[in-house]
Formats: sequence, structure tokens, C-alpha cells
Amino acid sequence: MEGRLSKYLLTLYVTGTSPRTKIAIENLNRICKQELEGRYELEIVDVLENPQRAEDEKILATPTLIKQLPPPLRRVIGDLSDQEKVLLGLEVRPGSSKPSATI
Amino acid sequence: MTRGDMKNTDHPAVEKLRTGISSLDVIAKGGLPKNRTTLISGTAGSGKTVFAIQFLAAGIEQGEPGVFVTFEESAADIRKNMRSFGWDLAAWEAEGKLTFVDASPDPHIDTVEAGGFDLGALIARVDNAVKKVKAQRVSVDSLGAVFSQFSDQAMVRGELFRIASALKSMGVTAVLTAERTDDHGPVARFGVEEFIADNVMILRNALEDETRRRTIEILKFRGCDHQKGEFPFTIIPRGGVIVIPLSAMQLSMKSSNVRISSGNKDLDEMCGGGFFRDSVTLVSGATGTGKTLTVTQFLQGGAANGEKCLLLAFEESRDQLVRNATGWGFDFEKMESDGLLRVVCDYPDLSGLEDWLVTIQQIITDFNPQRVALDSLSALENVGTLKAFREFVIGLTSFIKHREITGMFTATTGSLMGGDSITESNISTLTDSIILLRYVEMFGEMKRGLTVLKMRGSGHDKAIREFTIGKGGMQMGRPFRNVTGIIGGAPMHVAPGDVERIWTQYDKEIERRRPEPRPTS
Repeated sequence: MEGRLSKYLLTLYVTGTSPRTKIAIENLNRICKQELEGRYELEIVDVLENPQRAEDEKILATPTLIKQLPPPLRRVIGDLSDQEKVLLGLEVRPGSSKPSATI
Repeated sequence: MTRGDMKNTDHPAVEKLRTGISSLDVIAKGGLPKNRTTLISGTAGSGKTVFAIQFLAAGIEQGEPGVFVTFEESAADIRKNMRSFGWDLAAWEAEGKLTFVDASPDPHIDTVEAGGFDLGALIARVDNAVKKVKAQRVSVDSLGAVFSQFSDQAMVRGELFRIASALKSMGVTAVLTAERTDDHGPVARFGVEEFIADNVMILRNALEDETRRRTIEILKFRGCDHQKGEFPFTIIPRGGVIVIPLSAMQLSMKSSNVRISSGNKDLDEMCGGGFFRDSVTLVSGATGTGKTLTVTQFLQGGAANGEKCLLLAFEESRDQLVRNATGWGFDFEKMESDGLLRVVCDYPDLSGLEDWLVTIQQIITDFNPQRVALDSLSALENVGTLKAFREFVIGLTSFIKHREITGMFTATTGSLMGGDSITESNISTLTDSIILLRYVEMFGEMKRGLTVLKMRGSGHDKAIREFTIGKGGMQMGRPFRNVTGIIGGAPMHVAPGDVERIWTQYDKEIERRRPEPRPTS
């Protein structure tokens, strides 16, 4: 139960307002709503405005999603359209927030 | 096109950036094309990373800040590795002259690819770094390593093009490195690298006859001129990449009419009054014919005149040389303590010929001698390939001539009687004078003969003279008049009769005849 309720701290690095950025944000919002409703914090960083953040985190690709918490640190790159892989990357079991959800 | 005549042209040509790697600027005819990208491709261990760092280091030393983008080694490793070249990257970083964009893979972070992406963050970081230090130069090491970080190769290709064009729009001159699998195969591993950059240079580290030979070649310079072909280079501590631009060296030679003494009065006379000051003399002979003596006299002659002399000895130890010299009545130790002589003894196989050239050039620059003797070239002959050897001799010859140093090299012939050596046949055209020392077998006795075969720009004695070695060095005797075929290695005694009659008249005029006993039969 502890693990299931632990807070997810996510940062999404994007480049400006490109179509790919929009897709990534939409995908992430959807996934979070489905799987992490109420127990995530998401920050979106535009590397064009804040390149030093990208430098500090050694980000190469955009979009890059970083899960800082719960440990371990995980990275998912891409526009997050492959939901299965996103969940794999974030180590979230599908449907874990809604035990009775239809799968 | 050189920078100097840029103003006079109607069409604006591609401007060049003097890299500060002086020898590279020579073969690149002024430097790398400014505000463009240059690909440096080479096999593993060909010196790409050193080159990439040196490009920045040379820039920083002339006031142009730089950014190093690394995809392979971590910034910490590079800082450590480059210290041996005398480049303190951390200090430059602290002074704001250099900054890293560390894009090396972090093995501790698991990354999952979930959908399409680009390298926008990387470009933003490079742009940020360039702005931060006001960089004029960027090095990217290496393109191939980007491919290995991502599974989507097509995406990487597209992004590399985007990076190259981004670098151009940042107004920097960039060097991008790339791996290749074969020294003479495709330009680079992924087949696209050469199209990404405007210019392509190849570093080779080929194995020839069990020795490594480094060369650099400018394959293409879009819209500007460069020297063609491969140029040898070496990588040395506290210096990095040093290109040996052979063709440039030959052009800058001067010529002097000042005569200097060979250290032997008779030999001076045979040479028409001594050697020219910026000439290089080759002394060729079999073992024991007196090559080292000729060199010793040459050094003694210099020291006696207050000139600084350098002896590069690859055959004998310092002690042996000193002992030999003492035997002939020359005091090397005194010359050394007077600061007029420096003896450098080393094993020829200790390093490659390119390294030797650079080392010798450094010694000469430090000591600043007026005379340089190398005993013997033949010992260096087997250190590298024939081509490398020739380049070494060209490099050394032109270097010492340029500095108006008198040079003397020795070459050992293989056979005792006559014959020539590989050394001799390969470099005889590069030297100004050639002195041959030969054994002459006469009536069961080995005599020594000397002749001045060639003396560029001067008349000289054409005779083959007998000489003896004793206290005080060489004692020149009379010519071998009644022997033919000495140089060919098959001396034949000719009945004195006719020959003697012809020469007697001649002798009276130009020869100081000294009474000499006929060989007793």
C-alpha cells in the first residue's frame, strides 16, 4: 500500500512549442490522469528558455521525461505515444491506481 | 588563398581561421575555413580527441574561447587525459574560456524510448555553452558515439545535420570527429558523417612494416585551397599533434656563400675552401673507414671557431665517443664544459621517425647550435618505412638549413669495399655535398681512400686520396693514381708506367709532392 500511494515527482523537458512538444504533453497528461491521479507532481521545462536545466540533467533528447521520485531515477524519451513503454519506464503497473479498473 | 591577399579579390572567398596549430595552418594554407564545420575522421587511436582538444587549446591560447561537446569520454576523463599535453582544461573552465557539454552516456541511468524524439535539448545546450563563454570554436567528439546512444539511426542522421547547421548559425568554427573502421576504407563508419560537415580531414595511423605511421590528409575543403596528400604527424607530450609539412619546408631554404672549416685543413682544400655554412654534407663509407672521425673533426673545427656543435649519436655511447675523440687528440669533455658541444646519445628504436624529427628539432631549438652532426643516418633507416625515413631526412635537412646550421650526416655502406647504402641512394639528392670514404685493397693491405663526390655550388678536388688516421685526425696523402675501380668496389692496380708518366707532369703543377715509398712488391 505504501508504494502504491507514494508520490510521483516528474519533470518533462521539451523544446519550445513544437508539435512534438504538444503531443508529449497531451500523452503525459492522459497517462497521469489514468494511472497516477492525485499522486503526481509534474513540471514542464522548456530547454530553449532554460538550457542550463538541460545541462545540469545532461539531457540530449527532447522530449525527455524524468521520474525523480519514487527512486530509482528513470528516464523516458520520446513523445510518450507508446503508453506501455512509458509505464514500463516509470515503473507503474497499469491500472494500479484503480484496483477495480477494467483491463 | 592566403589571408594576406584577401582584400585584393573581387569575390569574397572563404575566410580561414588560423588554428594556432602552426604546422596544420601550413598544409591547410592559412587554417580551417571560418564559420564552417570540419570533419576529422580516423580509426581508433588515430588522435581524433587530441586533435579536437588541441583545436580548442590553440584557440584559447590566442584568445578564442571554446566549447567541447563530448559524446564518448566523460568531461572528467578528458580533463585528466589532456593534462599530459600541458593543457589545463579545468583552469580554462574556471577562467571562463572553455566549457564542456558533457553528453557522454551515463551507465547509471536507465532510459526507455517511447515514441519520436529529437536532439533539441543538445542543440539548446551547445547554444547555451557557446553564448556563455562567447565561444568561437566548438569541438564535437565524436559523431559515431551519438549513434550508439539511440536506437533510431534515421533520427540520429537527421539530427546530426540539424546540429551541423545549428553550429553554423551560431557563428563558430567547428571540428567534428568521426570513427572509421579502416585506414583506407570509407570516410566514416555510418556513411553520412562526411556529408554533415563542409570539410573533411583524415587522420591515419597505418601499420607499415611493423611500424606505425601517422598521417593527416585534407580530403576536401569546400571552396578553398589546401595542400594535397598525406602529411606525417606525431603526437608528443606537451605539444599534442605536430604535423610535418614537408613541402613547405623545402620552399623556405636559403643559400649561403660563407665557407666554414670541416675541421681538417686538407679536406677543406679538397672541398674548395670548406663547407658552405648552410650546407648538409653526407659522409658515406663502410664501417671503420673514418666516418665518426670525420664527424669528430667537423665538431672540433666548429668548437675551435667558437661555434656551438650538436652531436646526435645513434651508434655509439657517449663514453665511446669521448674515448675515440681523445685517441685522435680531441677533447670532447672540454668542449662540453665550455658549452660548445652537446652530445645526445640514444637508441634509434626508442621512438618513431616522426618523433625523432620533432625531438631533434626541439633539441636544436633549445641548444641553438651552428653545427649539427648525426652519426649515423643508417641507424635510423630501419626505424620506419623508407618513405618515413626519406621524410625524416627532408624534414631535418630543411630544418637545419632554414636556421643556417651546417649539417653533417653519416651513412654506413653495407659492403666493405665500395657499394652504396640504402641511406645513400635515397638521400644523396637531398644533401649538398657527399664525401665518400672507401677501403682500397692494395698488395695485401687495406688502405683508406677519400673523395669529394659532390659539392653543390663549388669546385672541388676530384681525386681519390689516400689518408691515414693518427693523432690529430686524418692525414691526407696522395691520390690513388695507379688504382682504378675503387668506388665500384673492385680496385685494380694499373702498371705504374704509362699512368705515372702522364701524371708526373700534372703533379708538378698542382700537387705538393711528398716523398712516399712505393708499395714494395
